[in-house]
Amino acid sequence: MEKSIAFEKDLNLEATELRLGLPGTKESEKQTLSAIKSNKRVLPDMSEECGSKDNSDVSHIKKCDQEVAPPAKAQVVGWPPVRSYRKNCFQAKKMEAETTGMYVKVSMDGAPYLRKIDLKVYKGYPELLKALEDMFKFSAGKYSEREGYSGSEFVPTYEDKDGDWMLVGDVPWDMFISSCKRMRIMKGSEARGLGCAV
Amino acid sequence: MMNYFPDEVLEHVFDFVTSHRDRNAVSLVCKLWYRVERFSRQRVFIGNCYAISPERLIDRFPGVKALTLKGKPHFADFNLVPQDWGGYVQPWIEALARSRIGLEELRLKRMVVSDESLDVLSRSFTNFKSLVLVSCEGFTTDGLEAIAANCRFLRELDLQENEIEEKKNLWLGCFPDSCTSLVSLNFACLKEINLVALERLVARNPNLKSLKLNRAVPLEALQRILMRAPQLVDLGTGSFVLDRDSDDSETYRKLRGTILKCRSIRNLSGFLEVAPRCLPAIYPICLNLTYLNLSYAAGIHGSELIKLIRLCGKLQRLWILDYIGDKGLEIVASTCKDLQELRVFPSDPFGAGHAAVTETGLVAISSGCPKLNSLLYFCQQMTNAALIAVAKNCPNFIRFRLCILDPTKPDPVTMQPLDEGFGAIVQSSKRLRRLSLSGLLTDRVFLYIGMYAEQLEMLSIAFAGESDKGMLYVLNGCKKLRKLEIRDSPFGDMALLRDVGKYETMRSLWMSSCDVTLGGCKTLAKQMPRLNVEIINENDQMEFAHEDSQKVEKMYLYRTLVGPRKDAPEFVWTLV
Repeated sequence: MEKSIAFEKDLNLEATELRLGLPGTKESEKQTLSAIKSNKRVLPDMSEECGSKDNSDVSHIKKCDQEVAPPAKAQVVGWPPVRSYRKNCFQAKKMEAETTGMYVKVSMDGAPYLRKIDLKVYKGYPELLKALEDMFKFSAGKYSEREGYSGSEFVPTYEDKDGDWMLVGDVPWDMFISSCKRMRIMKGSEARGLGCAV
Repeated sequence: MMNYFPDEVLEHVFDFVTSHRDRNAVSLVCKLWYRVERFSRQRVFIGNCYAISPERLIDRFPGVKALTLKGKPHFADFNLVPQDWGGYVQPWIEALARSRIGLEELRLKRMVVSDESLDVLSRSFTNFKSLVLVSCEGFTTDGLEAIAANCRFLRELDLQENEIEEKKNLWLGCFPDSCTSLVSLNFACLKEINLVALERLVARNPNLKSLKLNRAVPLEALQRILMRAPQLVDLGTGSFVLDRDSDDSETYRKLRGTILKCRSIRNLSGFLEVAPRCLPAIYPICLNLTYLNLSYAAGIHGSELIKLIRLCGKLQRLWILDYIGDKGLEIVASTCKDLQELRVFPSDPFGAGHAAVTETGLVAISSGCPKLNSLLYFCQQMTNAALIAVAKNCPNFIRFRLCILDPTKPDPVTMQPLDEGFGAIVQSSKRLRRLSLSGLLTDRVFLYIGMYAEQLEMLSIAFAGESDKGMLYVLNGCKKLRKLEIRDSPFGDMALLRDVGKYETMRSLWMSSCDVTLGGCKTLAKQMPRLNVEIINENDQMEFAHEDSQKVEKMYLYRTLVGPRKDAPEFVWTLV
């Protein structure tokens, strides 16, 4: 057994071996699953119909000796084992959240009236800031974790669920949109306390 | 010696024997005892409605007053059993109605209940007192109207997680003014309710101890209801949000005041929607709570959740969402020293996201709560080291159900299967009765289960094992096994057929997406006439080639005294 492996290495058969894989990728020699018989079914890559009781065909693909790394969103019928009732409750919530939008008021110091924006529409901070800059005709400057916003008189801030005023940009985007109640674009001296280097 | 006592004496002695199992044992001692026992039996539990017929039940236990029936197999909860599979309660109610049985209590789980069944039920038993429906379907609010209107002495109406079609919103108003006997009312699974009728109903039922509201009951109404029912022991709030028009601070003040008077509340649930600022109103009851169910309270998380938990020093049972996180579980561990049961549910039940708890949280719980005996834990990952620690800290598990969101995930630290971890659990918890496995698992875990899990009654297996040996270890070793359910695991005919007699000692076996073939199932059915071997074949009939070598997608077999059922739909074949 060992001899033949050594032999194969000398011939560099690897270089000419036909395999299913992108060129340049190497199938790892030490298979953590190699001890396990290859009867395991791979999680089918399908999305489950939410709340439906219909069990559509689940095709099982048997793969031998390959590491099974299901993609992040792979869903299997009946897994995780959660009662339909519970799934339906949370589905309703999810759908509610997805369709109703997440409108928050935005005020700017010195502006005569407030605006409202839908946070759901933006995929991240850069888009949001650009939209605010366009809406209120200002420039937010450059953000850094240490210094906050530099190079501008204006600082975007928001009020979170606990009622505290925070600097926009510090927390991950998802956390931001779920905790942001409203926004305020602060100007001048007030802004200094929030790390604006003027 | 007992044979010289008159029957009445025996009966009196048997009155003290209350558990089903004990009474079943009593009935097997001798013919005399069998006879006395059967005439005096009032409470009957039927774990599989197809194992026996209503006629035989009535014949043997003419004095039955309280009946529990279960229908569909457990995996029906997870959409693995198609609609219309069965589990109808109608024939039971019809038979009982025709007989002279004085039914007073009916408890149904995973059954199909029609409005007609509820109507017949409500009109056939004058002393009917208690209806509990868990995970049932097939009825509408029309059926509830009949129950409310006709059951004059109703004490309990408990609707848990049912799928109910809501037509008119009148049923609660159908309770007559003379209905003053209610002790327990749970309608949390409905979407609507008539608030006026509800308040009136609560006002005239002073014995109400358990009340679980639905999301249509806002805070203002809750406050008024609690004013009428300060004697409640078990409260399920509906929504915990204020109506738009109300005055926040005034309502909050009133609510707080009312809650202070509710000194008996020990169980709290609900919070289907939450206005976090109002939560402090319930702080005073937290101190006395023994059961807290926040598993539907998606609106309580972060610091509010922690504040709440910190006050609940007497908790024995806690059901929460995984928002709590590992850090939150550490706080549970240091606060809830009497904790016996913990259930952590996924906040994303579709499994696509990330569970916020890992092995760290579980280890913390085990170390702070040594009385823990029942666990349901949906998590991101688990390690052998953690399970071994948990096994050492908590040797008293009766129920241990672990669900890793990625069902074949190995120990992320060592990349090993979780065999050793689960092995430690079964070895240390000698009284373990129920076990659910997940994560990467080889045949070895089943070796351990067969060796150590002597009291195991129910085992759930998914995406586990390597060969027939795995299943055989379990069938050979677990003498008390009653229910075995397996999905997506490489067990086939060899394991299925090795010990066919075993299945008559069990309630049921479910196998889906395994390696058993039609031929294997046929062989089993032929050898064991007192088993119903059902093949569920949802695909187009033509595709299923009827070849013995074909693998069976879903098989459900169960012992029965009444042969193949007559209500099986087209896609269910009972093999003979």
